Amino acid sequence: MSAVVADVLRDPRIWQGPRHAQPQVEATGHAALDAALPGGGLPVGALTEVLHEYDGTHELTLLLPLITRLTQSARRIVFVHPPYIPYAPAFVAAGVDPWAMHTITNCGDEGLWATEQALRSATCALVACWPKQANDRQLRRLQLAAESGRAIAIAFRPARVAMTTSPAAVRLHADAKGIQVLKCRGGNAAAQRIAIQ
Amino acid sequence: MQWAAILLPDLALDAVRRSGVDPHAPIALIAGPPQRRSVQSCTATAAQAGIRSGQSLAAARALLPKLITVDYDAQRTDALRDLLVAWAYGYSGEVAVLAPDALVLEVGGSLNLFGPWSAFERRLRADLADLGVTHRIALAPLPRAACVFAHVADGFAVTGAMQAALRRVPLVQSRLPEDGLALLASMGLRRLGEIIDLPRAGLTRRCGVTFVERLDRLLGHVPDPLPLYRPPDRFEAKIEFEAELRSLEGLQFPLKRLIGDLCLFLFARDGGVDAIELAFLHDDCAPTTIVLRSPAPERDAAQWFGIARLRLERLTLPAPVAGVGLVARELPPFVPLARGLFDAGAAAALDWPQLVARLQARLGDGAVKTYLPAADHRPEAAFTTDASVSSRILTGPRPLWLLPRPIPLRDRAPHILAGPERIESGWWNGREACRDYYVLETSVGQRAWAFRPAGAIDGPWLLHGWFA
Repeated sequence: MSAVVADVLRDPRIWQGPRHAQPQVEATGHAALDAALPGGGLPVGALTEVLHEYDGTHELTLLLPLITRLTQSARRIVFVHPPYIPYAPAFVAAGVDPWAMHTITNCGDEGLWATEQALRSATCALVACWPKQANDRQLRRLQLAAESGRAIAIAFRPARVAMTTSPAAVRLHADAKGIQVLKCRGGNAAAQRIAIQ
Repeated sequence: MQWAAILLPDLALDAVRRSGVDPHAPIALIAGPPQRRSVQSCTATAAQAGIRSGQSLAAARALLPKLITVDYDAQRTDALRDLLVAWAYGYSGEVAVLAPDALVLEVGGSLNLFGPWSAFERRLRADLADLGVTHRIALAPLPRAACVFAHVADGFAVTGAMQAALRRVPLVQSRLPEDGLALLASMGLRRLGEIIDLPRAGLTRRCGVTFVERLDRLLGHVPDPLPLYRPPDRFEAKIEFEAELRSLEGLQFPLKRLIGDLCLFLFARDGGVDAIELAFLHDDCAPTTIVLRSPAPERDAAQWFGIARLRLERLTLPAPVAGVGLVARELPPFVPLARGLFDAGAAAALDWPQLVARLQARLGDGAVKTYLPAADHRPEAAFTTDASVSSRILTGPRPLWLLPRPIPLRDRAPHILAGPERIESGWWNGREACRDYYVLETSVGQRAWAFRPAGAIDGPWLLHGWFA
């Protein structure tokens, strides 16, 4: 590239598209999915939505290698008011350190508050929540909390909200056939499904 | 070793003066049975008018009609002594109360920080003057000798030739047991030096074992174990309001003061606290008690106040509040959380225990769980939140999600992927499980973990987990 182009690129008025921002990411551990995500993983300090219509369709397997890696390096994972009990024997069998995985129960209507507290505290590497009703403003708050705590925020939501807009940096859709990237900030959403084992 | 002795000759009167009485007014402390009340001690202005300790109350009143009489209160005096000991503990790790009116502190180790002695002594005197306590101070290599010197000459400091100085002390000022002193005085002995050289056997026969032992301790001939002060293992404080408070907002200020006092106390003894009991006192019903908890010992006032505020939001009080009490019963050592210097997340707003404390203050105790595997074949018993029983056994495929209790699977014809796995256990405690577990795929592609009663070939499926 010539010196002229380099000069032009240094001009702050030039916006360089995807190359402009290189977000910090954590690889999901699924090679095909990481390849489809900009930077090669889920963004740190941002909200990721996982949309799924039914339970038991890879929505948690999607995160399992990441959870395993984080807990093994003694970084905390928090589940805020999950719909079921995270079954410790299965997580341990997958290599997760159960001491670094915590579950907040009894939330009632305070689930989003608890999620925000956990994200902002900057003591958790990943906070997953299952909001019953979340509007755009609440999701934006989670996004901001994730930014201030440099944590990965995951919101599991029903598939029907796919058509509404969301402030999430990454939106994934999980079903029995695999994972589909619906949206990813700083990249193009891939059309094809990615199978997950 | 260098011991400073602080004599408190007027402790009971000082305690009265501190409660807000005009210090220059003639005050007399009155004690004794109701029929024979007599003056126990009095201030200088009262003494000028001829009032002496031991005088009857009627005589004192006759001498000085405007004499202010206050009943002697042992509790108030003890409270002031406790305060002074706690204050002295700030200057030395070895503090002891030698007599009701004498406390000693080892200052040899503190001189590097507060010394030299002349400066240290000035500092002690300034503090005591601020506290409004009459005092006499002396320094000597032995604690009891320091007390004697303080008694004889305020401000006396001896480091080398202590024995020579002790020999010159008049016997009446030697703080030895009274009966022995009376006997020796009747023999014509006047100074300590005259009895130090007397044969011990004869002295013991005449004055008793206790007297001789006290003398030997004073001279340093026998070891002198001291009951060293240890800061108390609990903290209790109370604020009573002049007018009842109806709103929780009004409680924040007194709470802040109580928690601030507690955290100062914790800081002085380098401890923390993991549970605080708050009692809201009501005039006409039993107090409302709440317990604030922190998963790790904590001594940050702002942190505790934050927990208290979150807890108060959930609180409804049955009646207006007349006072607040705070009790901290167990004060475990405080260990600050270690964090790497170059940690990426070094700017953590909260530590994990602090976050748990905040969450549980609002959501209720036990809201934050850590599920650990347990050695049991029954799925519903194969996890625990109790770290002491955690262990694991190897099993077949297990789902990531477990349903709190099995429910019927709503699917007409699920496809069997794996199974059966027979689980038969728990017959010994009445929660027997005898099931065949299968991994199923439902018609919409969900992977389920479901069971049938053991041996059943068909029949309804009971869903127990999702391979999510």
